[in-house]
Amino acid sequence: MHSKSTYGTIAVKTAVLLIAALLLFAPFLFQDVRALEVAARICIFIVLVASYDLLIGYTGIVSFAHTMFFGFGAYGAAIALRQMGPGWDAVAIGALAGVLVSLVVATGVGLLSLRVKAIFFAMITLATASVALVLASQLSQFTGGEDGITYRVPDLFKPATKLMVDETGKVARLFGVKLNGKLAAYYFVFFTSLALFLLMLRVVAAPLGSVLKAIHENEARAEAIGYRVVAYRTFVFCLSAAVASLAGTIYAVWLKYTGPDTTLSFAIMIDILLMVVIGGMGTMWGAVVGAVLMVVAQYYLRDLMGAAAEATANIPLLPDLLDPDRWLFWLGIIFILLVYFFPRGITGTIMQKGAR
Amino acid sequence: MSLLTLNQMKTDIGQYAVLHDVNLEVPEGGVFVLLGRNGAGKTTTLRSIMRLWKPAPGSVRFDGQDITGLHTADIARLGIAYVPENMGIFGNLTVEENLILATAKGHFDAARLKRITTLFPALERFWTKQAWSLSGGQKQMLSVARAIVEPRRLILIDEPTKGLAPAIVAAMAEAFTEISREATLLLVEQNFHFARSIGRDMAVIDDGRVVHSGSMAEFAADKPLQDRLLGLS
Repeated sequence: MHSKSTYGTIAVKTAVLLIAALLLFAPFLFQDVRALEVAARICIFIVLVASYDLLIGYTGIVSFAHTMFFGFGAYGAAIALRQMGPGWDAVAIGALAGVLVSLVVATGVGLLSLRVKAIFFAMITLATASVALVLASQLSQFTGGEDGITYRVPDLFKPATKLMVDETGKVARLFGVKLNGKLAAYYFVFFTSLALFLLMLRVVAAPLGSVLKAIHENEARAEAIGYRVVAYRTFVFCLSAAVASLAGTIYAVWLKYTGPDTTLSFAIMIDILLMVVIGGMGTMWGAVVGAVLMVVAQYYLRDLMGAAAEATANIPLLPDLLDPDRWLFWLGIIFILLVYFFPRGITGTIMQKGAR
Repeated sequence: MSLLTLNQMKTDIGQYAVLHDVNLEVPEGGVFVLLGRNGAGKTTTLRSIMRLWKPAPGSVRFDGQDITGLHTADIARLGIAYVPENMGIFGNLTVEENLILATAKGHFDAARLKRITTLFPALERFWTKQAWSLSGGQKQMLSVARAIVEPRRLILIDEPTKGLAPAIVAAMAEAFTEISREATLLLVEQNFHFARSIGRDMAVIDDGRVVHSGSMAEFAADKPLQDRLLGLS
């Protein structure tokens, strides 16, 4: 009785390891501000998408409230940092408050509505998320309304902070990269995201992962072998909400700004859905691939199209089609092609290779 | 004393009354076979015992305990396993994951696992394969194996021979005889020859009512009764 490993699985795991290595050394490999922004966003979205995949991919729960939990964590940290000042205690209290609010709301929504049909549950989460978005805009004395909140973060993450100094007293450099607070902030994002991702990986590798998949496949069968489906679904909804909330806190600390557009908007919810579908549902590795592809496309597709439009300037029609302003159109085309050629998502389809 | 007693069980599915008044006593030990024509209410009886359908009035007693209002998961945890029709396995899980799911502590008891792989050697061969890739017979073996991966008092099995090759049916008969040494089997079956070969006690259900019960040996010897209740020729 041996463990399974198909060549498709090995290929996916190798690609994920490569992505992890690139993210680990990103500040040294891509030495510009935008690249670091992209790398940090990828780290946070991997966690956010993986936590959403616990719901939709593993358990078959469709929720539209994931950005709401992300927002709770972000606003928790933002409000605490704003009120208490830029200390670690504010980050911790903000994170804890975000997680607690997320758990209370997730438990309430879960227990009240996870018994009903999936479509009703999805609608309830959509309504709850809409209420949270409206509240964030209306309660401007706490949330800053549409403008959001800016705040300072712990001194360690200030760009002016010198992690190490050279003999002249200036900030030391390693491979040309300044060892300053920005670098510390990136590694805070990287390692906290890594820890959360490994936690979720542990959850799905444990027997609990099999229970969730069993519930997804056939609820009645899962109950008939002794699993209370509503309890498990509520638990995984809470776990997913708590992780999304922590991802929100990390994002708030990284951005030093929290507003409805960066955390609660339905555009982010759609991004998460696309990342899950592109990467592949029901596998944590899919979150990594989906987040990388979408975030990189969002940041660089426009540049790539600009270059392509320039290169094809002498060909009729093509420069117009490749106009950088049409990047969303091409992103849509790429998405349709990916779904067509990788019906189970990129990792899901590749991992199927060699499996029987 | 009976291990399982159904008293005036009635089950409606939507607007249809499927079980009208089921009274049944399943004694401890051996194989009890529930026979009947298509649509008579056999599967509904098993599903109602597990509370996968909610029976309205009436009561279900297991080992002297009233389990009528219990949740399906709690009924399962009392020691009742259910092997549904059409190989109720989880296709997206491996053979190992399917089995471990049914263990109480998340790991196998070595002796029981050995017994399972002795009864169903194919499962060991396909241990790490996803269950959807198994053949029909192997899926049925997995489904039965999942029911015995933990000690059970009662195993409800719904039409285990449906669509299986004769060689697999013979293997199933041997396995059920072996399993019935430690657990009571309540078997729903349309294949009368198979049922006769392993059943000790039996009942016939027709139009949502138990219309006959007794020993299998007596029923097997009474051709006119078989013809009348099952339409066998």
